[in-house]
Amino acid sequence: MSGILVIQEAGRNRISFEALAAGSALVELTGLSLETAAIGDPNSNVFVETSGTPPAVAHAIQHHLLETYTSDGYVHAFEQLIRKLDPSYIVFPHTYQTRDYAPRLATRFGQVLTSDVTAIEAGPAFVRQLFQGKMTGNYRHQGDGPCFISIQAGAFRANPPQEGKTTILPFEPQMTDDVIRTSPGAPFRGAAQTVDLGSAQLIVAVGRGIKDADNLPMVQELATALGAEIAASRPICDNGWLPMERQVGSSGQTVAPKLYLAVGISGAIQHLVGMKGSQCIVAINKDPEAPIFEVADYGIAGDLFEVVPALTEAIKAAGQ
Amino acid sequence: MKIIVAIKQVPERDAQVRIDAAGKWIDESGLQWALNESDAYALEEALQLKEKNGGEVVVVSAGPERVGTTIREALAKGADRAIHIDCDDLGSRDALGVARLLAAAMKPENPDLVLTGLQSEDLGLGQTGVIVAELLGLPHATLILQVEKTETGLKVKRELEEGWFQSIELPTPAVLTIQSGGNKLRYATLMGIKKAKTKEVRRVTASELGVDGAQVVVLERIALPQKQKSTQMLPGNAKEAAATLVEKLKFEARVL
Ligand SMILES: Cc1cc2nc3c(=O)[nH]c(=O)nc-3n(C[C@H](O)[C@H](O)[C@H](O)COP(=O)(O)OP(=O)(O)OC[C@H]3O[C@@H](n4cnc5c(N)ncnc54)[C@H](O)[C@@H]3O)c2cc1C
Ligand SMILES: Nc1ncnc2c1ncn2[C@@H]1O[C@H](COP(=O)(O)O)[C@@H](O)[C@H]1O
Repeated sequence: MSGILVIQEAGRNRISFEALAAGSALVELTGLSLETAAIGDPNSNVFVETSGTPPAVAHAIQHHLLETYTSDGYVHAFEQLIRKLDPSYIVFPHTYQTRDYAPRLATRFGQVLTSDVTAIEAGPAFVRQLFQGKMTGNYRHQGDGPCFISIQAGAFRANPPQEGKTTILPFEPQMTDDVIRTSPGAPFRGAAQTVDLGSAQLIVAVGRGIKDADNLPMVQELATALGAEIAASRPICDNGWLPMERQVGSSGQTVAPKLYLAVGISGAIQHLVGMKGSQCIVAINKDPEAPIFEVADYGIAGDLFEVVPALTEAIKAAGQ
Repeated sequence: MKIIVAIKQVPERDAQVRIDAAGKWIDESGLQWALNESDAYALEEALQLKEKNGGEVVVVSAGPERVGTTIREALAKGADRAIHIDCDDLGSRDALGVARLLAAAMKPENPDLVLTGLQSEDLGLGQTGVIVAELLGLPHATLILQVEKTETGLKVKRELEEGWFQSIELPTPAVLTIQSGGNKLRYATLMGIKKAKTKEVRRVTASELGVDGAQVVVLERIALPQKQKSTQMLPGNAKEAAATLVEKLKFEARVL
């Protein structure tokens, strides 16, 4: 058992660098050394740019069977690298790709991935959200064997790059094509986007607090009074109450308007990542403990069925 | 096609959850419970696959006595039978521990397809299904919105980040974790609720399944999140708060 291995994801530099920052936090706590690994061409991926103190060693995993992502291929390749390096901690960025293969990889080692970690405290204790952000939990790894964690997007700040040199070591796993049981197709976009929420200046976003599609006109009226685009949380689009293209969040659009007014949205992380960058955030929610208030500049704790019409009136009045 | 769906009972969405006296879990007394959202979509997908291709839908749930109501709900919606893994120590099992229970109950059934939700609303681990796949030695795919049976196995639509998708072909048996929104959910009919009462619910315990309570990762304590940003909460009734907000947006934040 030796160091801390941070797995970076090619093409996902930002969150990979955040994972590196989390790795550095673990270095501070444990005094262990930091190494990194990624699958792909060592000259074209995350190794070229870096952040923080450059890790002494980067393992560039290459194999023609890894050119397209598959969970089977990645599990197989990382298993071999981890057995060879025998790290004490393995840190991943919490991307959809990590969600897809890292739990399986951890199981190979009889371990459990502590997923979506937002902070690392002395111990080390790993903090993650519970109940969709309404609570947090402190987790501790026990027993022998490597400790697997993945880091939530935006939880750690990527450090500015420092001077130093990284030795890139190529690693070619042993694998044959029968390891891979799935055949993935090329990524494609959903239906053509006809609204560009990304460039909207004002957005009124509605969540499940609206209860029923029949209540949507009330929020539409507020948007109209403001001259704002209407957007929604995932369940509203899942129900078909508004088209998919109006969904904000990790599986929808990322927006950064001057004003983001969230109506009846609880503030799950998958929603927050799509709108946290807004200049001014307002939340209307009947639950004063709702996580959306964590990121809001202004909050109204109240029933949206009273607050929204009142706000529409107030805006109309102010416009005259 | 024999399909097993893992369903979890979680606190109802708008429930006010409170930390218990020991600070290790929530106070469960007086809570309302519901079927985890993505599991409802997994069940729906299974029922639709059965309607198209024939076969059987079996639901599996691990939890104490109370999860019986969620199992009945799934049976009322159309599942054929259920396995209830009876245990009241879920809180002291980690993801691998729970997955071991589920896999042990599923294995002798020899399913063609195992569906789970992609994430539970309480723990949000987002991985139990993937671990089950590894324990059963089956291929898997995550974040699935649509499932189609093909000559050789399955063709599924997988969600990627930021509005992208991909299709994946995989052989059966396989494990899929289902994302919400792929189908329209059905309601239980009165007829369905009546019929559910006569359907088989087999109860097994962890020790009957030969699964111990070993833990690799321990949840030591839970807490309310620390506030990072100072939010100005606007007081007064709806009308007053609305008027204050307009003022603030105009003259303080200057975004209107
Ligand atoms: C992999 C993955 C990807 C996801 N991608 C996205 C995504 O892109 N976008 C997204 O939004 N979600 C996404 N989700 C889902 C996300 O986790 C949440 O489930 C979702 O954001 C919740 O939506 P909501 O806030 O509208 O609903 P809820 O969480 O149900 O919240 C409703 C809120 O309304 C409030 N409320 C109820 N009644 C009233 C009333 N009368 N007045 C005022 N307030 C009221 C409640 O207090 C509550 O806070 C994703 C999840 C996963 C696992
Ligand atoms: N106790 C349980 N009983 C049945 N299924 C479960 C249980 N815990 C988790 N699952 C399944 O695993 C999925 C993912 O849960 P999690 O890994 O906790 O986010 C859920 O959506 C369920 O389908």
